[in-house]
Amino acid sequence: MSTEEQILEELTSKEYEHGWSVDFEADETPLGINEDIIRFISAKKEEPEWLLEWRLKAFRLWQEMKEPKWVNVSYPKVEFQAIRYYSAPKQDKKPTSLNEVDPELLKTFERLGISLQEQKRLTGVAVDAVIDSVSVATTFKDKLSELGIIFCSFSEAVQEHPELVKKYIGTVVPSNDNYYAALNSAVFSDGSFCYIPKGIRCPMELSTYFRINAANTGQFERTLIIADEDSYVSYLEGCTAPMRDENQLHAAVVEIYAAKNAEVKYSTVQNWYPGDKDGKGGIYNFVTKRGICAGDHSKISWTQVETGSAITWKYPSCILKGNNSVGEFYSVAVTNNYQQADTGTKMVHIGKNTRSRIVSKGISAGKSQNSYRGQVEVIKRAENARNFSQCDSLLMGSLCGAHTFPYIDIKNKTAQVEHEATTSKIGEDQIFYCQQRGIDEETAVALIVNGFAKEVMNKLPMEFAVEAQKLLALTLEGSVG
Amino acid sequence: MISIKNLQASIKDKKILKGIDLEVKAGEVHAIMGPNGSGKSTLASVLAGREDYEVTGGSVEYFGEDLLDLDPEERSQKGIFLAFQYPVEIPGVSTTNFMKTAINKVRESRGEKALDAVNFLKLMKEKMKLVDIDQSLLSRSLNEGFSGGEKKRNEIFQMAMLEPKLAILDETDSGLDIDALKIVADGVNKLKSKDNATVVVTHYQRLLNYIVPDFVHILYKGKIVRSGDKNLASELEEKGYDWIKEEAALV
Ligand SMILES: Nc1ncnc2c1ncn2[C@@H]1O[C@H](COP(=O)(O)OP(=O)(O)OP(=O)(O)O)[C@@H](O)[C@H]1O
Ligand SMILES: [Mg+2]
Repeated sequence: MSTEEQILEELTSKEYEHGWSVDFEADETPLGINEDIIRFISAKKEEPEWLLEWRLKAFRLWQEMKEPKWVNVSYPKVEFQAIRYYSAPKQDKKPTSLNEVDPELLKTFERLGISLQEQKRLTGVAVDAVIDSVSVATTFKDKLSELGIIFCSFSEAVQEHPELVKKYIGTVVPSNDNYYAALNSAVFSDGSFCYIPKGIRCPMELSTYFRINAANTGQFERTLIIADEDSYVSYLEGCTAPMRDENQLHAAVVEIYAAKNAEVKYSTVQNWYPGDKDGKGGIYNFVTKRGICAGDHSKISWTQVETGSAITWKYPSCILKGNNSVGEFYSVAVTNNYQQADTGTKMVHIGKNTRSRIVSKGISAGKSQNSYRGQVEVIKRAENARNFSQCDSLLMGSLCGAHTFPYIDIKNKTAQVEHEATTSKIGEDQIFYCQQRGIDEETAVALIVNGFAKEVMNKLPMEFAVEAQKLLALTLEGSVG
Repeated sequence: MISIKNLQASIKDKKILKGIDLEVKAGEVHAIMGPNGSGKSTLASVLAGREDYEVTGGSVEYFGEDLLDLDPEERSQKGIFLAFQYPVEIPGVSTTNFMKTAINKVRESRGEKALDAVNFLKLMKEKMKLVDIDQSLLSRSLNEGFSGGEKKRNEIFQMAMLEPKLAILDETDSGLDIDALKIVADGVNKLKSKDNATVVVTHYQRLLNYIVPDFVHILYKGKIVRSGDKNLASELEEKGYDWIKEEAALV
């Protein structure tokens, strides 16, 4: 037995021995995890019995599982018993409007350039802000509900639409899918829920901003997006975190379900604290994101801009079950200093005439490591499957690394799979050319990098694209010269 | 405007410029000619501030300021423009976007407000006409897949946009067909004023029929071995470089 498992068992059994009980008035749990902690979380959220059972089952599965090891990522061991699995922000009652939200909180949002006010007024984006596990501000809900669209926090969905949650939770990412998905299933705190009814095109971008707040609080969001037949939704997720010294674990799960003719566009800008220049601190980001094109002619499109986190481990995937369904993955991953990113996608072709497209742009600077891992699987009965993959890497300096691992598993002869990969360096002559036109080195790098990533950036919704461009520049600040 | 005195520069310990003296005044056009490898592009690069070259001696004064003390972007912002012999490709960045960034950086350096979209487009339109360049070329990735001639024309377009005080054109004529040559030369002439100056690096007399130089200098083995008026260029065209080389050998 590994020491970690030992500690785990010791701690969990000890808690039981001492008949440790949870103070249900408390706003946070003690450090560590055991079945009582899970009961506490579930009770705190006034969850139905079936969900508690679902969590406990996941927890038991998790205890049996082994923490995965990856070749291209290294980090100190995560102490799962040193994490606090639930904490609520200090707040008496749920606000019904922005006016009731803690002004300090709003200020933070403004500093990040994502003021809810501004967004409400200017862009018509409905925002569901998740701060430390509890949803504090939900806007535009009324407008959406007129169309029958449900967009709320996960906890709220559990209360108000338990039948939908029960029907879909865990169907795309089963709780035993992987180590971190199992952990999430056991302790997920909150997240977002979205349901688009039949025949409805959601008229605005649905957006959630996540932010990690209190120290030592691992974040375990859970997002569930259901697009019913003939519906469309574009969903945005954006993240930022303040500077801090301790590593923070983040293990989210996102599930997307697309019925016949439905289309879901999911865009992320991920900008968590990556650690300082020496690689100290930073977020560990182990995310499971998966969508299923369940119905014929459905489409799921992932677009991600990954600039943050000390470690990113993330493979948004598509299961192309419906005939003629389409999966897309557009990714820009930037790593600087000591950041490590291992990201990519998995496209599973099951239905006939299914198509997938992968465009991955990796940018490495400093001493960072950037890996792309892509898997294209075509099962035996998936006639006429098509895949196109393009993986480009851009290197800045000579101390960083870029790695590409394409896995292809084809069981049907009619499949057509194309893979292209390039690696380039930002040239001194490119930078000099820019400088000769009056553009300083930092701006030149930002320009060149944004040009490199353009194909992906173009896939982002407008209001996100500008922010994302700035982010790329910011992430690479000081990485030349 | 610019006063170059005994300028020496080397790359990887190889001496390339071995004492250049050159004085360019506002309103003048200078042509620099010379055999391959004599150091013409090196001189242009050193003036533009390329760091690969180490200046080992001499001085360059530009509007009374020590030019060698400035960063490349500062030199550009202060009005030095280099049309590259080999323009660089920047994938995913359109000429339009590139120019917008450049112009606004230059304006910022002068404490001016950024050009808004309307005025920028107006400026673009005006300059596009001047060098007869197509809009579609400007929306493509900068220099990526451009033909040799398109690249050169694009350089002159950028020059027109930035309105430099001192423009150095490094073999802008090579790769241009005869019509394009006329258009480019025409553009350069239209941009000429009593307040700016042009240095053209070329191998051919042909260009100098259109852009008429006040002075012609011959660079050989890192030194200006002869200066004269435009007739010197015709003489070269007739006789080639051998007599220059022989003369230089005697010194
Ligand atoms: N990066 C470099 N490394 C080594 N040698 C170099 C480098 N750059 C230039 N040189 C050398 O310096 C000399 C002058 O080159 P330069 O490009 O200035 O010549 P030029 O007069 O512009 O020639 P051309 O007419 O062919 O354009 C050449 O011998 C060239 O090989
Ligand atoms: Mg040259």
